[in-house]
Amino acid sequence: MKIVVCVKAVPDPKEADKIKIDPETKTLMRGDVPFVVNPLDKHAIEAALQLKRKYGAQITILSMGPPAAGNIVKECLALGADQGILLSDRDFGGADAYATAFTLAKGIEKNGEFDLILCGMASSDGATEWVGPQLATFLRIPVVTMVNEIHENADREWLVKTAWEDGYRKVAIRLPAVLSVARELNEPKNLSFSGIIKARKKEITIWSISDLDVSPESVGFKGSPTIVGDFGTLETGRNVEFLEGTAEEKAERLVGILIGSGAIG
Amino acid sequence: MIDFTFSEEQEMFRKAAREFAETEVAKYVPEMEDTSKVPEGLLRALGKAEMLAITIPEIYGGLGLGYTARLIALEEIGRISVATAMMLQVFALGIEPIVKFGTDEQKSKYLPGLATGELLATAAVTEATGGSDPSGIRTSYRKDGDDYIVNGRKCFITNAHVANTLIILAKSEENPKEFCAFIVEKDMEGFKATHVEHKVGFRGCNTGELAFESLRIPKENLLGQEGKGMRVTMSAIGEIGRGGMVGCALGLQAACMEASIKFANERILYGKPIAKLPVIQDKIAEMKIDLEAGRLLGYRAASMQDAGTPSSNEFAAAKYYTTEAAIKAAKVAVDIHGGYGCMEEYAVTRYYRDAAVLGPSAGTSAIMKVIVGRWALS
Repeated sequence: MKIVVCVKAVPDPKEADKIKIDPETKTLMRGDVPFVVNPLDKHAIEAALQLKRKYGAQITILSMGPPAAGNIVKECLALGADQGILLSDRDFGGADAYATAFTLAKGIEKNGEFDLILCGMASSDGATEWVGPQLATFLRIPVVTMVNEIHENADREWLVKTAWEDGYRKVAIRLPAVLSVARELNEPKNLSFSGIIKARKKEITIWSISDLDVSPESVGFKGSPTIVGDFGTLETGRNVEFLEGTAEEKAERLVGILIGSGAIG
Repeated sequence: MIDFTFSEEQEMFRKAAREFAETEVAKYVPEMEDTSKVPEGLLRALGKAEMLAITIPEIYGGLGLGYTARLIALEEIGRISVATAMMLQVFALGIEPIVKFGTDEQKSKYLPGLATGELLATAAVTEATGGSDPSGIRTSYRKDGDDYIVNGRKCFITNAHVANTLIILAKSEENPKEFCAFIVEKDMEGFKATHVEHKVGFRGCNTGELAFESLRIPKENLLGQEGKGMRVTMSAIGEIGRGGMVGCALGLQAACMEASIKFANERILYGKPIAKLPVIQDKIAEMKIDLEAGRLLGYRAASMQDAGTPSSNEFAAAKYYTTEAAIKAAKVAVDIHGGYGCMEEYAVTRYYRDAAVLGPSAGTSAIMKVIVGRWALS
């Protein structure tokens, strides 16, 4: 089985308070916040590793990002993936979900045959949840999103369970397919020292725009139809108000405040 | 130009150790604080995460990663639980003499188990007569055919009741200038782990006493040459022991600083976070400077150790500096927390108690100054 796991290098969500938005370009300013593997993508990697343990598989990590994202690909190799590909070129910069999915699809096509594409259902920075479905559209294969159970078998027809707001649904899919996975799917393993040692011998291939069958207009900022109109900062704060009067008066006043704030109807 | 940066791989080791500490160690801290006992699950987790294998050569089932990687792991684990970092550092103190002085048979017999955590080690040198002057120990040995018979007591031994593979130092009954180091298995006749200490800090890291009553040790368990045991134990204590304490101290320093920054950003006084007050910024700046300086001292010594250069003096300086800085940082962290710093639901109270134990462990600051003074004057 050949599995491609798409991962994104995102600014560490634990340091989210340090991330700013450029008011001119309306893009994220990462500052000195380090890159980490997008948390939901770790569940996709773990799913691939579990399939590899059961059936044997070749796991390829595919990422698009600046050269610094190479460290993140290396980390995925240390988790147990077999090879890494980083799509890195200035022309790929500023891509929205559509252009990202398009470029990743071109990378997958160049890499050759595959049986399964796995990705996290959303990134912690963009959080559009679009890349998985768009990737499947470009590759012309089925997709199931928000996957929290995979009932696989040695054949190419699998049953997957996916979460809905008021329940779940089970979907039969035929490989090759894209699955974008939810955190409930599994518990990702931690990085291990021996995994890091094994990753010394694993290769990361870097492909630039000239390696892919794409034009500069179809990728990166130029290939992105999304336009950020405006953004604002949500101000939050706390107020303390001491209520005076008898217990009844205070209760009445409290109910009035709760209704006035919209907390109760 | 001197390159002070960690390699990409070392940064990944730090990330791995941090993930392990935050997900596998942190959950045991409340239990350790409540019971002062070593959780079995924590020992299994340390073994599974290969934390005991870091300095063991690959041919004996270890990772062969050396001492910078070890310091990184100890710092990250110490940031979450100094007690866990302490027990881990002393496991290595028992492992290193076998790596450095063991015969092929001894290495093959013990190191694979020590790498996985199936076997747990410690080194027992300190006695009531003192630890920093091991020539004053009273535990003695005599030969009986091919065996050695050992009598005596050891105190303040980390992992005393947890370890099953112990490196002990004993003095010859016939010649008080001759010492032997032995590998003792806890099931050997005449071995007993006795009193358990109740410490003010490092709760959940076992410390206790050992008693040897006509302990019979076969000649195969003599470590190094007969009569040259002092070198065996001291070489481990000078570099592994002090280096391990540096890791514990750096972790505690980092924890104190992080807790202080978090609290200072959340605590509102005069309508703004106290982090905006110059007096608080001054305290946090001192913590940061001490941490950066301590890291330079500690990692420089570890890189020398990796290169095979003697580094016990450099580690003595780093041990002095980082443990003193950790004690200072814990006091400042409690101060920054004000009244909350007295409440046990705030981790800084644990840091304060742990700092009290950090100083005297593996040689007091006074002893470190004696060593550094001799080094400077030599």
